[in-house]
Amino acid sequence: MGAELRIDGLCAGYGRVDVLRDVTLRVDAGEMVTLIGSNGAGKSTLLKAVAGLLRPAAGTVTLGGVPITGMAPERIVRQRLALVPEGRMLFGPLTVDENLLIGAHSRPARDAGVAADLERVRMLFPMLAERGAQISATLSGGEQQMLAVGRALMSGPEVLLLDEPSLGLAPRVIAAIFEALDTLRSEGLSILLVEQDAHLALRHADRGYVMRNGAIALEGPADKLRDDEQVRHAYLGGRPETRE
Amino acid sequence: MEAAEFLQYVIAGLKSGSIYALVALGFTVVYGSTGIINFAQGEFFMLGGVLTVWFYGLGLPVPIAGLAAVATTAALGILFERFALRKQRSAGPLVLVIITIGGSMVMKSLARHLFGPDELSLPEFTPGPSIDIAGAAVERQALWVWGLTIVAVVVLWWLYRKTRLGRAMRACSISHDAARLMGIDTARIVMVSFGIAAALGALAGFAVTPLTQTSWDAGAAIGVKGFAAAILGGLGNPVASVVGGLVLGLLESLSVAFISSTYKDAISLAVLLIVLFARPQGLFGSARREKV
Ligand SMILES: Nc1ncnc2c1ncn2[C@@H]1O[C@H](COP(=O)(O)OP(=O)(O)OP(=O)(O)O)[C@@H](O)[C@H]1O
Ligand SMILES: [Mg+2]
Repeated sequence: MGAELRIDGLCAGYGRVDVLRDVTLRVDAGEMVTLIGSNGAGKSTLLKAVAGLLRPAAGTVTLGGVPITGMAPERIVRQRLALVPEGRMLFGPLTVDENLLIGAHSRPARDAGVAADLERVRMLFPMLAERGAQISATLSGGEQQMLAVGRALMSGPEVLLLDEPSLGLAPRVIAAIFEALDTLRSEGLSILLVEQDAHLALRHADRGYVMRNGAIALEGPADKLRDDEQVRHAYLGGRPETRE
Repeated sequence: MEAAEFLQYVIAGLKSGSIYALVALGFTVVYGSTGIINFAQGEFFMLGGVLTVWFYGLGLPVPIAGLAAVATTAALGILFERFALRKQRSAGPLVLVIITIGGSMVMKSLARHLFGPDELSLPEFTPGPSIDIAGAAVERQALWVWGLTIVAVVVLWWLYRKTRLGRAMRACSISHDAARLMGIDTARIVMVSFGIAAALGALAGFAVTPLTQTSWDAGAAIGVKGFAAAILGGLGNPVASVVGGLVLGLLESLSVAFISSTYKDAISLAVLLIVLFARPQGLFGSARREKV
């Protein structure tokens, strides 16, 4: 079910401000890849450019071999790429169930996969089944993040992009969300995970990229990056590897 | 004042209030999906009446003429969005609002050109003597106005709450970016919203023309009132717009009863200003809310 995502020489920015400079990054089918970097490095900008919210100035993005560079977001999601955006962007005044239903908007109304995916999402986050009728703005932060992930899954993606899903959440909730991501990856979904918490991200991902000033500064297998002096110094607070 | 006389004023208020409600709904639907005020909304009302008279003149029976007028106006609303507004969307809300003002002028002059400068009238849908309710006289056409308003509100409620299109419209009213990430074609939703708003305005014009007559310049006044009603309801959900319309109609009518008819048309302006200063979120709005 996973597809390969390739980003080649991508440049993008806001108006006349260039942010991304020649970014090349790849997520193989069924792989979990993380992108780490400090505030303002351009991680969210990259995800927005891939999902179609920003039009790249140069470079290409291909999804399972199909070019999606510069496509509108409403078309990209039909190519089976979904983004869990920074800040979640839930439909706050709508109920949990309505959010999930809108998540499936890109699929035909009679698609049998929608009901199956709804089941799957509710298995992954049982809370969403219990709270179906609740207004989503009244969910706790962790519950909202679960809904944001669930809503993205309702489009039936082959590649899932997540922008800082752990931000501002309690450790227990973060653990639940990352457990869900591990499950999804083991089911074959390709995942590109943007994280501030480099420890956490590198513990779960297969490979990682480090972004600095809009460009990729380092890349490698997750465990190699964890041991890398530079990464440790800059993103892991110089702390020695914590024991699990 | 006798009870029957008072009731007569209430009925008059609810009659014009229904019309304001339909026009207010048009403002609300467009505001919901675009965040802009469509100042051409009053012209959709005008077109509904004027086109019904025109189709009627071609020999169509009144109900068919009315349907044709509503459909034509809806199509014009869609074309207006598609060809006058869509390309300018990136220019920001102010530019769009100015285009709707320009559009309303164009529609007005065209209507004057095509249908003439005179008052146009239409027979009642079901002619006959007024009906007596507790001593107050209710015109048969008023029942049509109420009936059509109720049907429009129920259909709109069903659309928003129960259909895929309605869900997409509500998503759009919350965040265009989030809606697009879900695969919603927001440009299409905006276009459809203009069609629905135009149909609502036209329906009001169609329903009330037998009572009030109409003409090429009927849009501006009703536009102000519908806008005041929408603001009174907080530009919020459809239900709030309907209540806003009815409240405004009643306020006007009762001001005639208790103060003087001189101030009738000033009421909506006063309401507009008071609400905007004292309670910009309207009667029902809360600080954070869904726009439609
Ligand atoms: N809408 C915008 N308009 C203009 N500049 C922007 C916009 N959004 C982000 N930027 C700028 O682009 C640069 C990269 O921002 P981006 O949000 O991609 O960083 P990030 O790596 O996601 O940071 P964080 O970890 O804080 O989320 C920053 O300098 C930011 O100020
Ligand atoms: Mg970010």
